[in-house]
Amino acid sequence: MAINFTNALGVHEHALTLRTQRTTMLASNIANADTPGYKARDMDFGSVLAQATSGRGDVAMQQTHSRHITGMPGLNDASALYRVPSQPSLDGNTVDEQVENAAFARNALEHQASFQFLNGKFTGMIKALKGE
Amino acid sequence: MSLMGVFDIAGSGMSAQSLRLNTTASNMANANSAASSAEQTYRARHPVFMPVMNSAMQDAFAEPAHNAASTSVRVAGIVEDARPLQPRYEPGNPMANEEGYVFYPNVDIVEEMTNMISSSRAFQLNVDVMSAARTMMQRVLTLGQG
Repeated sequence: MAINFTNALGVHEHALTLRTQRTTMLASNIANADTPGYKARDMDFGSVLAQATSGRGDVAMQQTHSRHITGMPGLNDASALYRVPSQPSLDGNTVDEQVENAAFARNALEHQASFQFLNGKFTGMIKALKGE
Repeated sequence: MSLMGVFDIAGSGMSAQSLRLNTTASNMANANSAASSAEQTYRARHPVFMPVMNSAMQDAFAEPAHNAASTSVRVAGIVEDARPLQPRYEPGNPMANEEGYVFYPNVDIVEEMTNMISSSRAFQLNVDVMSAARTMMQRVLTLGQG
């Protein structure tokens, strides 16, 4: 009975990667809060995660054998959506600092949650391997 | 590791906002710098921000597609305010021209004060982003350590 990382780690491996990518997107929005014409971007986390866990996606690798790896579909331009502004400004900027700040704080917490789940999986595996 | 990108992005935001604070400071410092001709008079300066798509600069193969929305900011340039200067009749001023006029800069103090508050808040927000990213990264480094 071999240890299968995909089964053992489950969704958390993908979740942590995507949370990290979302951090970059939200940081971009905050850095460009005063840039004229900049459009705030964010991802639809649920659909991107479903895409990542199912191995589908625009950059999925072709599998001609059951033991081929699927590859990790990264974040592509199609999954980086534009935010609908609640108060668009005259210079074309759609960043709402409060919204972005709240989303960033929440994303940081969810990143921590994903990390703790993933860490728990690894700790469990180490415990099983040691057999103490 | 795409968390590294957050440091670049937040850093670019901090440097852009500190440059904006710099122009605000020089505008306010020179708000009353009179001159005897319109050409020599100080004019209010404002930075122009521009987004930078990082994917164009980085190796596309090293980190596939994670750069889809990694956008830092840069200062495209500094523009001088085109609003008219304020000529004032001050014959006693040593800078006055033959007609007794001196020119004062077109600096709007109220506007500069709002700019100052806005840029210092935005700077603070970028610092918060950077320290949050640092915490997240430190946590990820402890993966598997019990």
